[in-house]
Amino acid sequence: MIRVIPGDPALTVAGVDASESDIAAIRAKLGTDKPLAAQYGQWLLDVFRFDFGHSLTSGRPVTQLILERFPLTLSLAVLGIILSVLIAIPLGVISAVQRWSFWDYLGMLFSQAGMAIPSFWLGILLLLLLSIKYRVFPLFGSGSFSHLVLPSVSLGIARAAVLLRLTRASMIEELSREYIITARAKGLTERMVNYKHALKNALLPVITIAGIQLGYMLGGAIIIEQVFSLPGLGRLFLFAVYQRDFPLIQGGVVFVAFVFSFINFSVDLLYSLLNPRIRIT
Amino acid sequence: MDPVLLDIQNLDVSFVKPEKSAHALRGMDLTIESGEIHALVGESGSGKTVTSMGIMGLIPMPPGRINAGRIVFKGTDLTGLSQAKMRKIRGRQIGMVFQEPARYFNPSLKIGEQIVEMLMLHLGLDKKKAIDQALSFLDVAGMVRSRRVLNSYPHELSGGMKQRAMIAMAICCHPALLIADEPTTALDVTLQRQILQLIRDLKKQFDMGILFISHNLGIVREIADRISVIYAGRIVESAPLNAFFDHTRHPYTRALLRSIPSAKKRGQRLQAISGQVPDAENIPPGCSFHPRCRQAETVCRREMPPTISYGNGHQAACHMIDAHE
Repeated sequence: MIRVIPGDPALTVAGVDASESDIAAIRAKLGTDKPLAAQYGQWLLDVFRFDFGHSLTSGRPVTQLILERFPLTLSLAVLGIILSVLIAIPLGVISAVQRWSFWDYLGMLFSQAGMAIPSFWLGILLLLLLSIKYRVFPLFGSGSFSHLVLPSVSLGIARAAVLLRLTRASMIEELSREYIITARAKGLTERMVNYKHALKNALLPVITIAGIQLGYMLGGAIIIEQVFSLPGLGRLFLFAVYQRDFPLIQGGVVFVAFVFSFINFSVDLLYSLLNPRIRIT
Repeated sequence: MDPVLLDIQNLDVSFVKPEKSAHALRGMDLTIESGEIHALVGESGSGKTVTSMGIMGLIPMPPGRINAGRIVFKGTDLTGLSQAKMRKIRGRQIGMVFQEPARYFNPSLKIGEQIVEMLMLHLGLDKKKAIDQALSFLDVAGMVRSRRVLNSYPHELSGGMKQRAMIAMAICCHPALLIADEPTTALDVTLQRQILQLIRDLKKQFDMGILFISHNLGIVREIADRISVIYAGRIVESAPLNAFFDHTRHPYTRALLRSIPSAKKRGQRLQAISGQVPDAENIPPGCSFHPRCRQAETVCRREMPPTISYGNGHQAACHMIDAHE
């Protein structure tokens, strides 16, 4: 697909004033003069040897470039998901237990707003307020925890909005199940009914979705990294696309797919720990 | 001691919603003595489950509303109790067994945990003692290898074992009253017999009063000491077991008995009762059974029949009883 996009990678490498013969030589070196199928075959063979090739622009190995950027993206994604879970689950549970109460309306308001506000806009607002006006957090750069706070808040709020709705819906559904009547008929307090009996079952779908969201975030948060000028995977891949750096793009796609599958697999394992019905004995 | 354990007097419950309201119980009377199995029989939607939820204080209010009547349990009117006081009675004084154990157990907690939490809460036992008591009650409920059951999740047990576990859980705090809401409906016939036998044994062993809710007169015949038939939120006939089957008085009860399949009636066409139970949202005036009753006359369409005692604890509510006796 990338190859069909107009723009010859050889031109990027050679520069604007390169001669015809130079370009042809570079094409031969990159292998872009061969048919697409042959190029793909060669690339597949290399991938099986964990060789993703070299970036066209920097000339460094793709694997090295990705691994350099990954820790930042990882910490951003993990912080974001922790934050969203910490916001979403308590608020969602309170919303469900005290439906149509003040807290429920507050939670729903937060959730509506969180879904409606684009995270880049929230990011810019946070930057304006907390970095420029009050200088609590640094404006640019990376490397310390304080650099990660605002981006992960902007990322986390949007995810929290979705998770909150899910937690509320899931909790309400569990509270209408028959075993809740049993729990009440046993004389348990409402606290035990809600937090021991209903919550454990209600969290299952929430964990699945949170895991999938973590997977998405690990692919790099392009817009947020752009807003906060963080050198994460999102920016790496964005520039790769701009510059038709196809080995880097391909490597990135494989990497993201791998991380995504890995996260989903881990969530499935976690799920079987929490849900005895699908545990393999 | 007063032998009457539970005395429901003139209970009237409706569910009121803005668009419609349903009159679920319309002056219902029922008494249960210790060591007695009182069967409450009726078709779906006749008010059986509302009755049991009413005793447990678990009718959601709103939309539910108790318009009149009392539920006197051991001398205390339960309708006036706070939720906090009801919690001390639920599970502790009144145990409950449900129809489908698969749906009424929490799927993600072990059976043992679900029993133990109750013992710790009501009897203040420590964990170890609670486990011991749970084990002994699983034994009482006829469970072989009770320790394994204790450590199982509900889905790991068969339907019959789940129902035994449910019964063990319901009686683990020595309740004076056990409500069994169609406890055998979800089980196959062989298991039904075993569970009925178990319930009979438990009644003797613990001298419990048992409210046995069912729609199946065949099963009720095997287990009940006394039977009450509920129709559209009212008891239409109530009698001790033998009188109930030998001197049936109410036309509805007779029709119900005719509709039980049996070996004697082999080859004959089963006599179903025509029509359906009236919707609790619009119950016909007068005797609520009159649209389906073969003997109905003008008075049945106009006036609600009073409940009349015929001696030996036999009561029925029908205008036509003397007419056809």
